[in-house]
Amino acid sequence: MMTNSPSQTPESAATPAGVPRRDFLRYTGASLALGGLLLTGCDDDSDNVNDNLLDVGSGDTGILNYAYALEQLEAAFYAQIKNGDYYKGLGANSAEKQILDDLALHERAHVDFFRGALNTNAIKALEPEFGAINFNDRNSVLTNAQAFEDLGVAAYNGAGRFITSAANLVLAGKIVSVEARHAALIRDLRQYNSFVAGDVVDLFTPTSETSAPGAGTGTGKEKSLRPQQVLSVANQFLKAGSKLSANSFS
Amino acid sequence: MDLLKLISDIEKVDPEVYERLDPRRRVFRHFGMAGKAVTAAVLPGLLSGIFQRAYGQTSALTPEIIQVLNLALSLEYLEFYYYDSGLKATNLIPSADRPAFTTIRNDESGHIKVLREVLGSNAIADPTRAAFDYSGGRGTNGGPFAAVFTDYKLFLGVAQSFVDTGVRAYKGGAPVLMPNKDILESALNIHSVEARHSSHVRTVRRGVETGNANATSVPGDLSNLNRIPKSWISGTDNGGPSPTTNPSTTPVYGPGNPAADYPSEANTTQATLPIVVATSGVNAAPASEAFDEPLDPTTVKSIARNFVNNATTLFV
Repeated sequence: MMTNSPSQTPESAATPAGVPRRDFLRYTGASLALGGLLLTGCDDDSDNVNDNLLDVGSGDTGILNYAYALEQLEAAFYAQIKNGDYYKGLGANSAEKQILDDLALHERAHVDFFRGALNTNAIKALEPEFGAINFNDRNSVLTNAQAFEDLGVAAYNGAGRFITSAANLVLAGKIVSVEARHAALIRDLRQYNSFVAGDVVDLFTPTSETSAPGAGTGTGKEKSLRPQQVLSVANQFLKAGSKLSANSFS
Repeated sequence: MDLLKLISDIEKVDPEVYERLDPRRRVFRHFGMAGKAVTAAVLPGLLSGIFQRAYGQTSALTPEIIQVLNLALSLEYLEFYYYDSGLKATNLIPSADRPAFTTIRNDESGHIKVLREVLGSNAIADPTRAAFDYSGGRGTNGGPFAAVFTDYKLFLGVAQSFVDTGVRAYKGGAPVLMPNKDILESALNIHSVEARHSSHVRTVRRGVETGNANATSVPGDLSNLNRIPKSWISGTDNGGPSPTTNPSTTPVYGPGNPAADYPSEANTTQATLPIVVATSGVNAAPASEAFDEPLDPTTVKSIARNFVNNATTLFV
């Protein structure tokens, strides 16, 4: 059996030609099923391709599982905040306690909803890895909260194009705007007026202060992230065995 | 002409150019195959074919897509001229909040640019500032919000109502855009920015309404959501900033038509599943907050129509 370093996922493992394996298989016309056949005859590659990655699946079920996974990560994060000294030190009637309590409830509601909607198609409960986060420290907690919320918004925005059912698109839309509300407030908590900034939005600059609408550079659009990009970040916060792939969405 | 340099230059403004050219990067094989056969004579045709595939509309916009995008564009104009007028008013927006409203105004301007580019010749004409009556008086300038550019609290309340209407409108329009994935994604990328605006305007309101310069230190007040809202919509926010005026802000948070498809913001059932789960502490308030709701175009227009001159055809 070929062994790989755990951090090296199939997505980043390049073929000698420099073409990501995923793309290479497509070049050769190999379907997912054919890939499976190849693997049975090629032990060297089996660990490399699967490497304990849990694939979210395909179609709308795959996207819903992808969202379910991200919501699980967020819910676990906000649940764990409550064990840390930062949260424990917040005043009972403080804004920050209300905000963190609300975020925990919202993400819990999203998780429960996706688990119910996916029913038997749901992926397993994921095990988070938050070792890099200091839950006793306000800055560490809020920095990571912002990262998770911004990531969630970019993920939903970048996944919309893969959804085939209008009902599922609307469901994703109902959630993404709430995540954007979260993201904006956490950003404002960290740095007031940073609710929109160049790291997440392609800022528009008018030609002049008196420009007519639409005259200037940029778009004012939030930047999307594709599932592969999102999971490369999210997997850093998931234990081995809970790390994800989204091979059907690229 | 250096083709690869051209593409490299495009990449600087559009990092996804290679994806657009060919998601499977087969474009490089095209170049390889073309090889020496690419001459100055055939290059323009080859290029136009490649870029047509990368950036061209694969199909004409349907009337339904045009309607959705023009409604979105109309709402963006409503918002742009609102924030622009607020920034131009003297002694309205405190200096600490001017950067935020400048950002919001500029975002709306960018959205107008994006929507116009997608719509092309189908875009409505710029209605100009003169089309709007932000007093809510439909052209009389004597509506209940007549002091909107001198009273900051009022300015913030009306801003919240506009932006929350916009978030619901984009959500309602998204399914119509599904046939064109790039247009859909652009709308989604605008939608989440509008939600960020709403969050911030609500945060600012908490500070201003309580006289606290540190707005993020003020919690939402569940017994006074009209004036001191959370950064997300809780229930129907008790009808929003101004439920008892005519026009009222209640419809901004209420049900659309049909209500089964466009429930009020207090909705706690999603895809037939109850979101309230007592054992996990998710009662009706967080269950409603966790999901924003879409609004149908007719209801959106009936809300926005209150803020334009009756003589115009905007939002009709």
